[in-house]
Amino acid sequence: MSEFLLVFALAVGLGWPLGRYLAAVMRGAPMRGDGLFLPLERPLYALIGTKPERGMSWRGYAGAFLLSNLVLAIVVWLMLMSQAWLPLNPNGAPNMSWDLALHTMVSFLTNTNQQHYSGQAQLSYLSHMMGIVTLQVITPMMGLALAVATLRGLFGGRDAQARQADGQDRMPVDVGNYWADVIRPALRFMLPLCLLWSVLLTSQGVPATLAGGPTVAPVDATVEMKEQKIPLGPVSPMVAIKQLGTNGGGWYGPNSAVPLENPTPLSNLLETLALILVPVSVAFMVGPLTGRRRFAALVFGTMLTMSVASAGFAVWSEANSSTSRDIALMEGKEVRFGAEPSALWAALTTQTSNGSVNAMHDSLAPLTGLVAIGDMLINAIWGGIGCGLQQFVVYLLLGVFLAGLMTGRTPELFGRKIEAPEVKLLAVLVLLQPLILLGLTAITLSAPGLTGNSNPGFHAISQVFYEYTSAFANNGSGFEGLGDATVWWNVSCAVVLALGRYPALVIPLAIAAMLARKRQAPESTGSLQIETPTFALTLIAVIVTLTLLQFMPVLVLGPVADHLALAAR
Amino acid sequence: MNDTLHRKHPVPVPHLEAHGLRTALIDAVLKLAPRHIIKNPVMVVVWIGTVITAVATLAGWAQPGFGWAVTAILLVTVLFGNFAEALAESRGRGQAASLRRARKDLTARRLDGSGNENTVAAAELRPGDLVVVEEGQLVPADGEIVEGLATVNEAAVTGESAPVLREAGTDRSGVIGGTKVLSDRIVVRVSAEPGNSFLDRMIALVEGSNRQKTPNEIALGILLGVMTLTFLVVVVTLPFIGGFVGVEINVVLLVALLVCLIPTTIGGLLPAIGIAGMNRALQANVLAKSGKAVEVAGDVDVLLLDKTGTITHGDRQATAFHVLAGGDAAQLRQAALLASLADPTPEGKSIVKLARTKNERLDGHDGAHFVPFSAHSRMSGVDLPDGRVIRKGAMDAIARHVQVQGGVIPAELEARVADVARKGATPLVVSEGRHVLGVIELSDVIKHGIKERFARLRAMGVKTVMITGDNPLTAANIAAEAGVDDYIAEARPEDKLARIRAEQAGGRLVAMVGDGTNDAPALAQADVGLAMNSGTQAAKEAGNMVDLDSDPAKLLAVVEIGKQQLITRGALTTFSLANDVSKYFAILPALFAAAIPQMAALNVMNLASPASAVLAALIFNAAIIPLLIPLALRGVRFKPSSATQLLRNNMLVYGVGGVALPFIAIKAIDVAISALFSL
Repeated sequence: MSEFLLVFALAVGLGWPLGRYLAAVMRGAPMRGDGLFLPLERPLYALIGTKPERGMSWRGYAGAFLLSNLVLAIVVWLMLMSQAWLPLNPNGAPNMSWDLALHTMVSFLTNTNQQHYSGQAQLSYLSHMMGIVTLQVITPMMGLALAVATLRGLFGGRDAQARQADGQDRMPVDVGNYWADVIRPALRFMLPLCLLWSVLLTSQGVPATLAGGPTVAPVDATVEMKEQKIPLGPVSPMVAIKQLGTNGGGWYGPNSAVPLENPTPLSNLLETLALILVPVSVAFMVGPLTGRRRFAALVFGTMLTMSVASAGFAVWSEANSSTSRDIALMEGKEVRFGAEPSALWAALTTQTSNGSVNAMHDSLAPLTGLVAIGDMLINAIWGGIGCGLQQFVVYLLLGVFLAGLMTGRTPELFGRKIEAPEVKLLAVLVLLQPLILLGLTAITLSAPGLTGNSNPGFHAISQVFYEYTSAFANNGSGFEGLGDATVWWNVSCAVVLALGRYPALVIPLAIAAMLARKRQAPESTGSLQIETPTFALTLIAVIVTLTLLQFMPVLVLGPVADHLALAAR
Repeated sequence: MNDTLHRKHPVPVPHLEAHGLRTALIDAVLKLAPRHIIKNPVMVVVWIGTVITAVATLAGWAQPGFGWAVTAILLVTVLFGNFAEALAESRGRGQAASLRRARKDLTARRLDGSGNENTVAAAELRPGDLVVVEEGQLVPADGEIVEGLATVNEAAVTGESAPVLREAGTDRSGVIGGTKVLSDRIVVRVSAEPGNSFLDRMIALVEGSNRQKTPNEIALGILLGVMTLTFLVVVVTLPFIGGFVGVEINVVLLVALLVCLIPTTIGGLLPAIGIAGMNRALQANVLAKSGKAVEVAGDVDVLLLDKTGTITHGDRQATAFHVLAGGDAAQLRQAALLASLADPTPEGKSIVKLARTKNERLDGHDGAHFVPFSAHSRMSGVDLPDGRVIRKGAMDAIARHVQVQGGVIPAELEARVADVARKGATPLVVSEGRHVLGVIELSDVIKHGIKERFARLRAMGVKTVMITGDNPLTAANIAAEAGVDDYIAEARPEDKLARIRAEQAGGRLVAMVGDGTNDAPALAQADVGLAMNSGTQAAKEAGNMVDLDSDPAKLLAVVEIGKQQLITRGALTTFSLANDVSKYFAILPALFAAAIPQMAALNVMNLASPASAVLAALIFNAAIIPLLIPLALRGVRFKPSSATQLLRNNMLVYGVGGVALPFIAIKAIDVAISALFSL
């Protein structure tokens, strides 16, 4: 209980000032630190050929986002397939196959960090530092940028006042400058925070070196294995960014369950806190950024309620549910930490679309696994940096549509009507998730040759569904035990990763920009008040009901049946 | 809901219930035709599901008794949905039939260029033709009186049997084809093409034959469509996922699950809700030109209301003469009397009456020239043969009039006028020549209950603005007494338009009432323009609703109808989706029970058997549609209150209730059918 409370208290206490700072960074007005950061930023703007104050339409913004992703995609894919020939490879990692490189590249490009490889053995230091870590820093900032642009759109665009004054309805809405929105928070927010965290983690014993690892004799040396090479590297900076940037992809295959990535109880606390620190800060950022504190309270309150409920249930289930101590599950449990820190981590890492683990999710009690899958299906309990807010906006629009009708008015958000064109775009997102997840789960399960399961029965359904859910939610955690380094898994997951990221980021922006062009009605007692407990509860009901309706059958056949079967033994 | 809504029906239809039910039942079957059912994506899926289960049962893939039971329930589900729509339509059809009787076989006495009459069929009339109508004859086509005045019985259209006065050159010059002239002779200029008359359009609207889906209905339809597709994905993938753990799911069961999940309740009732909204407006004797107009009414932020007729009874009575210090009371009385003898307005008559009660015996002069009130001069009066010029009117108008002639305004006048105005009365200043004589006090009586109505509107977030020609002080008094939020005093017709534009520029939706030709631009500009049936053709063309009773206060009822329609849609959608959660608990254990015995733990309702569980859920799913038809037609009960309060109430009733009710109902049906058929 103490770790649970400590993590939430620290996240809220630190998230508040960080959120205010992040809002100042995203506003782009002159601020403290300009003297240090402007000289770093200016050459980057010059290189891209943009001026940070120049606004973009939503199409321009989304175009820049997709273009920057395409360029990074090509560079990283090529680097992964040729790393053996490139420098900084003291451990001699070989070139990756095209499909594994494709999956790895897409996985990191989408801020997912689903790994079908083991980092310490299959990636060179160069690939880690230039490919993986670069993407780990930049991609969460891309999500943040899209979310901030969407918020600007929801409140009429950056030029809302000017547009209103001129009556220039034909001009496209200014949602901000994409390049500035990525570069500013990366340099001013994410990198300093990562530096701090990596120093803290190094102090706990997480390796940070460019030298190759030592070779030592194991304590239980046998004839077959007289000595073992301990893989090292610049681990702690990567652990810092993987935790803080809702990334999740670790240096070592078993992630933070390995003592080298997570050596002490304090490091575990730091890493658990880092899971939700930035997502919580982003929720707090909404207030000062939009100038509407009550809206930020809705975002924060709704997310916190769901977060505490889901984490609380996970901790209870991992410690006390009837199947929590089943011997069949003991293989991957993390006995160093025990039930509470494992379950807390499992809940937070799936809520925030992070995906790092400190215990194998495959070995969680089935009901804890259910929580993890549910968190990822919702994907807006904090959610990934920016992505969580985007998904929240989708739920918000759906909730406002239903609730608005029930108050006797055509539904409107911040005074702008939600009509057929917006609902059409929302419909795409509503349909996409079950279509992809259930469709691919069905295909994979009906062709067992493809699945490579280590378990039969209900648990296998959980594994397969978890894998695609994790990919679609851009989470990246795995129900391990899946032989997932095959062409089928690599290619199908790569497609799911992209479909889980780009529509979910771009469509809310498009909707916001469409709304921004509408006539804004002033809010009255007759218009739906979204910043009330009544609406917050309605919203939670909409989120939970929608998820249940779409996925209850597969969840019943997977984790629920798993639980019932184990309990009946 | 309120007094104006259910006051009277335009057409007495005692036989409608039995007859309407019968035709609706027949229509429900006819609507099974693919051409019609395709318009409703939710019901299309049920319809296809019915065919699949029938085929599967015939092919022997399901136990025959169970298979046919499911097929029958699915077919009944589609029929119930069709029935709801047909019933809503039949409500209007009875009215349409009697309207059509009024239209047929009309002949017209058309005037040609030289003034000769020719008798022609009404269908040959074209806009611009002049026709003569005399006592006892039916008006052959919509038009405007260009000559004469007449009392007209409009019962055929409005259901109101009391005759109304229609007169050339006034704001009450419009006549409707099919109505009967009771007295006098009028010449009417035809304004409508044959087949496109007011009556024709009304019949079409009432029958719902050209009903367009409203924007919100389209948006909700998309959402329901995507939920249907989602459930299709859920159900189609289920056998593949289940197959991995040895769960074999019969195709009949899959269809049953699908039909239980897709939003059949709201899908089946959605068209009925839309038709019923227009019908409810019609019951209030408001003819909406489109369903969209009714829907928009629910969104209205500002009501522009004429004071006269809406807030006050309109016939202001003269209650006192206030002579200025040093003036002659008799002179004021006489001037007031002379200026009003030829004034036909209720105010004018009341001034004459007041003067007479004060023993003023003066008669009118022969050759006196009466100057009527005009919106621009804002005064009326009389020019007498002896050269005296008497005027009465608003202070500023009289002041200008006096000053133009070189007179001075007594310093005292302003205080006197203010005194009267402070009482909520209207001061009418009287002048003779270049002298101001005094003030007539006209008291305005505020309609009973209007203040409570405005309070209700305010609770719903609707702002009311009173429009009056009164001076600012009077206006402020009446505004305070009636409880309106704002007022425009000394308003000219163009002020209405300007105010509407200003409110709209601020993003608000505006509704207004109007009857005169000079209201037409404002009616057209307003988001909801309610034209009075007694008004001019131009006003009726410009508005998007016509009130057949010509009661301006009807606007308030229209707003409530609009809101009620949206709430009904939202509440039933919520109910429909909330139901699914409980239906899952009935059906999933039934689907998996055979292969996975542990699933019995999920059978929280403790249903008797898989077959009875599925049938109970399906029966509930079908039966809820007719059970909710009255709610769809009548609208969800709606108490004006704040949006948050409404949301809380509706979430509790339709959201929480929507989850709880099926648990109880499905269990009850299960107990009944498992006992009856020993399932």
